[in-house]
Amino acid sequence: MKSPIGEVIRGFMSLVTGMGVTIRQFFKPNVTVQYPHASLKMTGRYRGHIELVRDPATGLSLCIACKSCEKACPSDCIAVEGVKRDGEKRKSATDFKVDFTKCSLCGSCVEVCPTDALKFSRNYNLAGTSREAYYLDLLKRLQTENK
Amino acid sequence: MSIPSFIPHEKMSDETFVLNLGPQHPATHGVLRVKLTMDGEYIARAEPVPGYIHRMHEKMGENRTYAQFLPNTSRIDYLSAMHYTHAFVGAVERAARITVPPRAEYVRVITSELNRISSHLVWFGAFLLDLGGFTPLLYAFDDREKILDLLEGITGSRLTYCYYRFGGLYNDVDADFLKGTRDFTAYMRPRLDMYRALVTDNIILRKRLESIGPISAEMCRKYGATGPVIRGSGVAYDVRRIEPYSVYPEFQFDIPVYPEGDCMARYLVRMEEIVQSLRIIDQALDQLPEGPVMAEKVPRVIKLPPGDYCYAVEAARGRFAVRIVSDNKDIPYRVKLRAPSFSNLSLYEEASQGMMLPDALALMGSLDLVIPDIDR
Amino acid sequence: MNISEPIRLLLFLAGIMAFVGFNAAYLVWVERKGAARFQRRPGPTEVGFAGLLQPIADALKLLSKQVIVPPTSDAILFRLAPVLVMSPALMCLAVIPFGETLVARNINIGLVMVFAFGSINVMAIMLGGWASRNKYAVISAARVVSQDVAYEIPMLLVVITLLMVTGTMDLNQIVRQQAGWFWHWNLFKLTANPLMPVTFVIFYICMLAETNRAPFDMAEAESELVAGAFTEYAGMGFGVFFMAEYANIVVGCSVATVLFLGGWQSPIGVWSGPWWFLLKMYFLVFSVIWIRWTFPRTQFYGLLNLSWKILIPVSLFTLVLSSIMLKLF
Repeated sequence: MKSPIGEVIRGFMSLVTGMGVTIRQFFKPNVTVQYPHASLKMTGRYRGHIELVRDPATGLSLCIACKSCEKACPSDCIAVEGVKRDGEKRKSATDFKVDFTKCSLCGSCVEVCPTDALKFSRNYNLAGTSREAYYLDLLKRLQTENK
Repeated sequence: MSIPSFIPHEKMSDETFVLNLGPQHPATHGVLRVKLTMDGEYIARAEPVPGYIHRMHEKMGENRTYAQFLPNTSRIDYLSAMHYTHAFVGAVERAARITVPPRAEYVRVITSELNRISSHLVWFGAFLLDLGGFTPLLYAFDDREKILDLLEGITGSRLTYCYYRFGGLYNDVDADFLKGTRDFTAYMRPRLDMYRALVTDNIILRKRLESIGPISAEMCRKYGATGPVIRGSGVAYDVRRIEPYSVYPEFQFDIPVYPEGDCMARYLVRMEEIVQSLRIIDQALDQLPEGPVMAEKVPRVIKLPPGDYCYAVEAARGRFAVRIVSDNKDIPYRVKLRAPSFSNLSLYEEASQGMMLPDALALMGSLDLVIPDIDR
Repeated sequence: MNISEPIRLLLFLAGIMAFVGFNAAYLVWVERKGAARFQRRPGPTEVGFAGLLQPIADALKLLSKQVIVPPTSDAILFRLAPVLVMSPALMCLAVIPFGETLVARNINIGLVMVFAFGSINVMAIMLGGWASRNKYAVISAARVVSQDVAYEIPMLLVVITLLMVTGTMDLNQIVRQQAGWFWHWNLFKLTANPLMPVTFVIFYICMLAETNRAPFDMAEAESELVAGAFTEYAGMGFGVFFMAEYANIVVGCSVATVLFLGGWQSPIGVWSGPWWFLLKMYFLVFSVIWIRWTFPRTQFYGLLNLSWKILIPVSLFTLVLSSIMLKLF
C-alpha cells in the first residue's frame, strides 16, 4: 500500500490542494478595513474610560460623592470630593478626577455606583504626549459638553 | 544519506556553544528566554528562563478584595480570559455558597467555549507562523475576529473580558449575540475543512510534525502537564470530565485523545477540540433557559468563611485552578493560581534534549505557551 | 564585429541593470500586494496610486539609515557580501535571450555561464553570514552551503537531461528549437522523454531552493534564526540582500522559461516576441510568490532528504531514460 512513489505523488497532490485553497482566497474581497479611511461600527456596550452621566432634568451630574467607586477601584485611580450644599438633601460632587494611566477599564466603579452616575464613554482613539493628558477631570468634561 | 532529527545526549561533542533564544526572539511569542546549549544545530540542553513579565498577580490577590481582584484574573492568560475569570468566580461562589442561576451557567459555558475556540485559533496561527507559514495566521485571525465581535457585543471588551461576576454575569446576552453565535458555528465548520485542506493534510506540515517532539504520558505526569499536551500523549484528562463544574455534565462532547504524543498529536487534539467546542455551543444554545443571570443574594462585600477553597477549570491550555485561603476577612489570606503554561513549559527541558533547533521551536509552539500565564 | 558592437553591448548592459533594478524593486511591491491578496488584505495603498511608490519610499528609508558594521565582524567580507550577491543576477541576464535578437551577448555556452555565475549567490550569503560573527548568522551560513550543494546536483542532472534533448548549450538555439505550437516546448516533448513535466517540476523545486525561497528559506528562517545571515545587516546592506533575492528569482524564472517554456516563442505559433518571454517569466514569478504564501517552511533535514532521497534518484532516472530514448528513436 505505502509504496514510496505513491507517497511522493500523494504528497505532491496535497501541495496542489493547498495552492488551490489560497488561489480561491486570492479572488475574494478584502476582509480588512483601512482604518483612517473607514472604521468599524462600535458595539453598544463598548467600555471606554468612564464618564459622568448628565441628569436630564438639571443638566448636572448625578454623583452624590459617596466614594463607592473610589473604594471599589482596584487601581486607586478615582478621586472624588463633594460637599453638601445648603438646601440640598444630598451631597454633590465638586471634584471628580480619573487617572486614566492606571485604569484597567474593569468597570467596577460603574457597577457599584448607587445612583448610576457613571457610564463608559465611547472615546477610543486617545493619544497624548504626556501623562498629564490622561488625568481626566470628569466634571469639567461634563461642563464642556454642556456648552 | 539521511540526517537524524534527533541525537542522544551521549553522542554530542564537547564543543558546544550557548545560544540565547529570546527574550526578544520571534519564536518565543513574548518575553520567554530559553538558554540553549547547542552542539551545531542540535540542542544539548535547553534551559527556560521565565520571569521577564512577572506581575505578582498572586500577591496582588492578597492585597485587595475579591471583587477588586476579579479584573486581574482575565489578564493572567489574556487568550483565555473567560476561563480564568470562571475559575476565580467559581472558587468564591463555592466558598460563599452562592447558587448561580441556570441561565448564567449556560451563558458561561457558551462564552467559555467561544473563548476556547478563539484561543485555539490564535495558537493555530502562531504555530503555523513558527513553522514558517504566514497565511493561515491571517485566516485564523479572520475567524477569531468574528468571535471577538460577538464577545465585545456582550462584554464591551475584546480581550480581557471580565464578564463573570460572583453569582452570575455582568449583564444578560442579547438576541444579536445568540443569532450571531448560531451563525458563527455554521460558518466555522466549513472553515475547518479549509484548514484541513490547506494545513493539516499538507505534506510539508506532516513531515515537520509527525514523530517530532515526543512527550510520553509518563513525562506529562511527572511535570504536571495538562490540557492538549497530556491529551496528545494518550491520557483523557479533561477537567470538564474529571472534576465536572458548571453545567458541563449536561452536554454531549468527546474528549479528543491521540496516543502518539508528538507535535502532530497535539495539533490534531486542538483542531478536534474546536469541533467539540462548536458542538457544546450548539447544544447550550438549544437548551438555554430563560431567567435571571444574577443570583439574588450576593453580599455587597464578600467575606469568605475561614477555610481553604479550590476550583479548577479546563482553560484553553490545560487545568487552571484557583486556591483561596480565607481567614474571615474581606481580603484573602492567600491566593494561589495554578497556571497550565508553567507546568507545560517545565517539561520543555527534558523533551527538547537532542532535537534540532527548528524541531525544538515546533515543540515549543505545540505546547501553546502564553508567557504572562507562565510568569503570572 | 563592426564598430557599433561595443556601443550595442554597453546599451544592453545598461538595459539589463535597469531591468534588474526595476524588477528587484517592483517585485517587492508585487510580493506585498500578492501576499495581501492571498490573505485578503489591501496591501500597500498609501504611497502613490495603489502603493506604487512604496518601493521607492522603502529604498529611500533604507538609504537614509546608517550602515552599521559590527566591530567584531570581518569588515571587508561583511561589506563585500552585498556587492557579490547582486552580481550573479546581472551576469546571468546578459546571456538570456529576451527576444530573437534581444540578447546582450549570445555565446554558444550560455547555459554553462548561467549556472557558473548562479552559484556566486550562495557564496555571497555564506560570506555575509560568516563575516557577521553572529551565532544565528553562522548557523544560517552553514545551512545555505549544505542546501545549495544538495540542490545543485539534481538541478544539473535535470539540465543534462535537457541538453541531451536539445543538443546545444546556446540558449537562443534552444529557444528556436521550440518554435511553433506550445506542444513543441521542451516541457511537452514527451517523445524525447515521457517524464519531461517531472523534470520541469524538479528544476522548479531546485530553483526555489537555490534562490532560498519559501518553503526552502533556510537562510532567512525568521521564526528560527531571527533573520539568518542578514541579522547583522542594517540599512541598504540589508536592502541589497533583499533586492538580490528578487533579482535571483527573475534569473531563475528566466532560465526556466528559456529551457522549458519556449522562451520568446508564442504558444500558438504566431506573434512570437519578447512579450511572450516576459509573460511566461512573470507567471513563474507569480507562482513563486503563490507558493511562498501557501506553505509552511520545510524542516532542514527534510529538505536535504528530499534532495538526496527523491530528487536525485528521480533526476538520475530521467537522465537514463532520455539517453535510452535517444538511442532507440
